[in-house]
Amino acid sequence: MKIPDLTELALRNLRESLLRNSLTTIGISVGVASLVAMLSLGIGLQQLASRRLVKSGLFDTVVVTSHRDMRAMGRERDEGRGVPTPGESRVLDEPARVEIEHLPNVVEAYPDIRFSTELRYEDKPHLTMVSALPESAKSNDAFEGMPGSFFSSDTAPEVILQKTFAEELLGKTPPRGGDEPNVVDLARPLLGKELTLRYAQRTASPAPPSPPRADAANPSDGDLAGTAYSVVSREQKVKIVGIADLDPESMRGPTRARVFLPLKLAESLHVMQLTDLREISRAASDQPVYSSISVRVKNPAQIQVVEDAIKKMGFGTFSILDATRSLRQFFAVLDLFLGIFGSLALAVASIGIVNTLVMAILERRREIGIMKAIGASDGDVKKLFFAEAGAMGILGGIVGVVLGWSIGQVINLGTNVYLKRQSLPPEHFWAVPWWLVAAAIAFAFFVSLVSGLYPAGRAARLDPVQALRYE
Amino acid sequence: MATAPPVSASRGTAAIRSENLCRHYRMGETVIRAVDGVSLQVRAGEFVALLGSSGSGKSSVLNLIAGLDRPTSGSVFVGDRDLAKLSREELAKYRLHVVGMVFQSFNLIASMTLAENVDLPLRFAEVDRAERSKLAREALERVGLRARMDHRPSELSGGEQQRAALARALINRPQLLLADEPTGNLDSHTGTEIMEMVRQFNRELGMTIVMVTHERALAERYAQRMVFLADGKLIDDRPNPPNSDGGRS
Repeated sequence: MKIPDLTELALRNLRESLLRNSLTTIGISVGVASLVAMLSLGIGLQQLASRRLVKSGLFDTVVVTSHRDMRAMGRERDEGRGVPTPGESRVLDEPARVEIEHLPNVVEAYPDIRFSTELRYEDKPHLTMVSALPESAKSNDAFEGMPGSFFSSDTAPEVILQKTFAEELLGKTPPRGGDEPNVVDLARPLLGKELTLRYAQRTASPAPPSPPRADAANPSDGDLAGTAYSVVSREQKVKIVGIADLDPESMRGPTRARVFLPLKLAESLHVMQLTDLREISRAASDQPVYSSISVRVKNPAQIQVVEDAIKKMGFGTFSILDATRSLRQFFAVLDLFLGIFGSLALAVASIGIVNTLVMAILERRREIGIMKAIGASDGDVKKLFFAEAGAMGILGGIVGVVLGWSIGQVINLGTNVYLKRQSLPPEHFWAVPWWLVAAAIAFAFFVSLVSGLYPAGRAARLDPVQALRYE
Repeated sequence: MATAPPVSASRGTAAIRSENLCRHYRMGETVIRAVDGVSLQVRAGEFVALLGSSGSGKSSVLNLIAGLDRPTSGSVFVGDRDLAKLSREELAKYRLHVVGMVFQSFNLIASMTLAENVDLPLRFAEVDRAERSKLAREALERVGLRARMDHRPSELSGGEQQRAALARALINRPQLLLADEPTGNLDSHTGTEIMEMVRQFNRELGMTIVMVTHERALAERYAQRMVFLADGKLIDDRPNPPNSDGGRS
């Protein structure tokens, strides 16, 4: 029998015992709904976690260092993978940065500019580590809901302070064991205030560029052009625009900064950095040499590829790839368990299909006999029962997906109402991707066909003479 | 055979031939010999009545010819097919293309309209939908049920249901029409109507007809030959000359 005919007959037969077949189909729907609900919770949580991690910049960032950097060298030696020796490795300068930025799957590559310096607030000096942030850092979790705002532009003379530094400026030390001061309270007296940043400017001798609003006079030592540079003490006034509660550089450990500048501004300051001393022999030009570059990758899955490409260029790299790997593993196991629990209901439903179809054989015994008498083969009868099982599976699958999706929406809504009461930001825990919809319906179809195996075989083997005698 | 064979070119050759055909059932310790050594030949285009009392084995013989059942021993040939040697699949094909059946209880499928019942064998034969509905319409037209093709069997009288069953039996243009007590559930007037139709098929389409009945009068009126069975054995086989009242003219 042709498939359209088979489908038509199957649907007609299902309509004939509408109540029983509807109940069976509802059973499948509940099974599929529980499967979809469980898996979409798993997927939703995984997406939430990876969204958070991607935002944190921990898992999509590769730190690139020159092999001349002694720390990076040590790391590479441990890995022991035929990396070029320091002698033949490249300098991490602007052309290298541009080259890395043009690698496939790289979103951006920006130099890590960090220096220890003195900031004056209300004429009191405070020593701290300053770090430059690219404009893309705006989406970092640390700046979400921060009092104040992110830098107005990449060159604006503005700073964002880390909470602990703000406390220091205001002369507040957090009481031990007591409540930590609220960022909002810290921000109120500080936002819009000015700080004076004192730093050492590294000036190439022939034509030093003027940093914005630099106060010091330009030195000119034309004799040493191209081979030397001078270091000049400079000051820069900066405005406090935000106080961050979280630490955007938590991965850096003890070297993390507490004051952040826009990247372009920091670059234009030409602050003297430690690496400059090491690179003195060949990089005494206006072109800066970086101690390290942070490379942001499109998504954490491509980190390995990008890392390998950068290593081929002769640089050292570092990322927290292994951490994402174990995270993915955790979610794979979680999804598996949720899937197994979700499938239990579907397994129960499949027994319902077997029951319904066996009942249908008893009821339609005579009909099967008639069909065989007028020329239906065993295969035709078998296919008809398969089609009925499959139709129940597909219908149940579709209804189940809708049901599962609705359950998800309701729970999501409920959770977000709860989160709102706890004054936490709303989240999307529930994700029903298209592949899950398709897979759930396909799985329901498959389970139904398997359930139809026994009844279909039994119907096909029915003796037509016996069946026709049956009243 | 007294009457001149009308249309079919193949008339006279053996359409059905059984040799020492047996069908035994086991019921606990006892063996029931439903068919016990029946040897029979039916020529193409012949109208044969199988007569006998209840339990004589006439329906069992019909089921064996129809390929619904398999012989315990002996053989039954239809054309050059040895039915005992066909696979289940081949038997189904044989039932689909060679045999048309009508039953005492009509055996229409209650959930389907007449048109759907009639075109069901064509579905098994994988005939296209358009062709199928055309053939079904023609078949219902032939039995005078064109106007009722969208009705369900339960909305029809017994005679109409049996006519629909005849239309279904004819739709695949089979060589054999096997009828198991076709008038058993009908009043005599309607029964006659049905039998006239069967005779018309025999004459106009050249179909070979084997009809099981326990009504001797019916057999005498329509069949060309009467075969008597008792206890599974063939006890008499005689031609039925056309009688004086013109019943078989």
